[in-house]
Amino acid sequence: MTAMQPVEQRDEVEMLSLMLLIRRFEERASQQYQAQKVGGFCHLYIGQEAVVTGAIAAVRDDDYIITAYRDHAHALARGTSANACMAELFGKETGCSRGLGGSMHFFDRQRHMYGGHAIVAAHVPLAVGMAFAIKYRSEDRVTLCFFGDGAINQGAFHEALNLAALYKLPVVFICENNLFAMGTSVKRSTSLKQIIDRAEGYDIPGEIVDGMNFREVRDKVAEVADSIRKEPHPAFLEARTYRYRGHSMSDPASYRTKQELEKYRLDDPITRLRAQLTREGKLTNEQFDRLDKQAKEAVMAAVKFAEQSSEPPLEKLYDYTYANGAKP
Amino acid sequence: MREITYRQALNEALAEELERDPNVFLMGEEVAEYQGAYKVSHGLLERFGPERIIDTPISENGFAGLGVGAAMVGLRPIIEFMTFSFSLVAFDQVVNNAPNMYTMSGGQFNIPIVFRGPNGPAHQLGATHSHATENFYASVPGLKVCAPATPRDAKGLLKTAVRDNNPVLVLEAELLYSSKGMVEPPDEELLIPLGKADVKREGSDVSVICYSQTVPVALKVAAQLEEEDISAEVLDLRSIKPLDEKAIYDSVTKTHRVVIVEQDHPFCGVGAEVCYRIQENIFDELDAPIIRVSQEDVPMPYNERLEHAVLPNAEKLTAAVKKVCYA
Repeated sequence: MTAMQPVEQRDEVEMLSLMLLIRRFEERASQQYQAQKVGGFCHLYIGQEAVVTGAIAAVRDDDYIITAYRDHAHALARGTSANACMAELFGKETGCSRGLGGSMHFFDRQRHMYGGHAIVAAHVPLAVGMAFAIKYRSEDRVTLCFFGDGAINQGAFHEALNLAALYKLPVVFICENNLFAMGTSVKRSTSLKQIIDRAEGYDIPGEIVDGMNFREVRDKVAEVADSIRKEPHPAFLEARTYRYRGHSMSDPASYRTKQELEKYRLDDPITRLRAQLTREGKLTNEQFDRLDKQAKEAVMAAVKFAEQSSEPPLEKLYDYTYANGAKP
Repeated sequence: MREITYRQALNEALAEELERDPNVFLMGEEVAEYQGAYKVSHGLLERFGPERIIDTPISENGFAGLGVGAAMVGLRPIIEFMTFSFSLVAFDQVVNNAPNMYTMSGGQFNIPIVFRGPNGPAHQLGATHSHATENFYASVPGLKVCAPATPRDAKGLLKTAVRDNNPVLVLEAELLYSSKGMVEPPDEELLIPLGKADVKREGSDVSVICYSQTVPVALKVAAQLEEEDISAEVLDLRSIKPLDEKAIYDSVTKTHRVVIVEQDHPFCGVGAEVCYRIQENIFDELDAPIIRVSQEDVPMPYNERLEHAVLPNAEKLTAAVKKVCYA
């Protein structure tokens, strides 16, 4: 094992502005979807921002991250530009997956963002493989594997957890529990009282964190990642969160009440971090307004960038099927 | 050259590639301590250690996916399925994750992985353990599929597969593991390219196109037909995808008559694709309609006599060759 690289402390005001960027990006993506500039399926992250920003703030840039199809925020949090993300939604060649992946398949190799995977739980074994490679090479990285509460009843999830525990692999399974797998509530999908009991079944330590609280997510992920770097093992976190929008753009979310949504909106992760920072004298209202304005401008510029970008050329249709570009 | 078994040839290929590249590892059920369900990985645990020869639980979806994830970050996994009938449990990983990643990441993540193990019917294993999966997998863009019939081809194709930067399926065959053939000595590097067919027997009257377990059937039938003055050319595809169209057209242009003998089912089988390409490209070379000999379109029965009746056997092939030759 090489000497452990320290985790760089991320400025909280910067992380707040990242949450704002994600929020404004998703709002604009929704609008562009309705304007039919974005095709296919589109799943928004609004309400869950503290989970990915908190987790990313706790790890190194060379740690691996992988997630499911609600993935815009994970790429943005890793530093993929709003331009490249919006262009991907527009199916343009300048997109983070050259317009070939779409909303559910954001990838950024340079920033160790390994997707964007759209079959529920099918990426959990991939995360275990990435963690396997870390241990194989005796590195001190960790893999963060994000997934929703809907993933925990799939066979792939169970097989992956067993393998991770069996081989003692450096992976943090982060369940973003937003209470609904599409329209089916956790109560109607899962036989357990609490999700972390799934981890206990594989002898993996599990903890619940408040997924609406940036600081709590960050501190818990940091603690777990630190322990993994010292001695590789899997860990499991259930981040309790909420999505304000439907499962996808076509879902009016009529399976839940307005009162429930309002309850969570009052606990908004951005409002919460803003209040914490303001109370501590680290942020003024003017500063916040400026950050929000910057986020909105960045996203507007991204829309313009996406609109002006070219479509992937038809002549390259066969270039991305096999690594050597050969047509079989 | 020396004579070794198909099993030994695969074992040599694995050992040579593990020796050559530290990023290569072998993972699967019973590959390490048990020395392989069919002993293909015999001795590898002792030689390369438990970090690189890794036993898994019975968890195909899990460890096939683990392999794909490891390949995303630069390792070169060899994933053994105890049989490709069990790969169906991992179908999502083999079909959805491995071959799609390169496209959907816009070319950022290629997946250099080998899935290997016995494929196709063996002997009285019944319906669930007798699947010939080549046509399922060959229909998926992004996958490469080969099905070697001889020890030499098995060694050369497996070594090439490990070095390929894409997901490659090496479909072996249980009934071929103990078969013998001449192979170059271990100190001579043996690489057989994917997408190259091989004329296993020259002939002038009819082309018998085959692969994997149907190659020995075709050779046996060709030898018998010689006594009846029918000269059959036996063309072993070796790779299903990429397909060596040139070799097929060269042979058919010489013989003008074709029988395709395949180990999968008739509906959407490999032979259907070969047949289509021949008529599309060299229709005028044909002197008779092409005949396909495949499994019967039924789940495999256990009963030995019925199993024989389902398989693309020598009697059916002989009759088909005579029919296309109007003999």
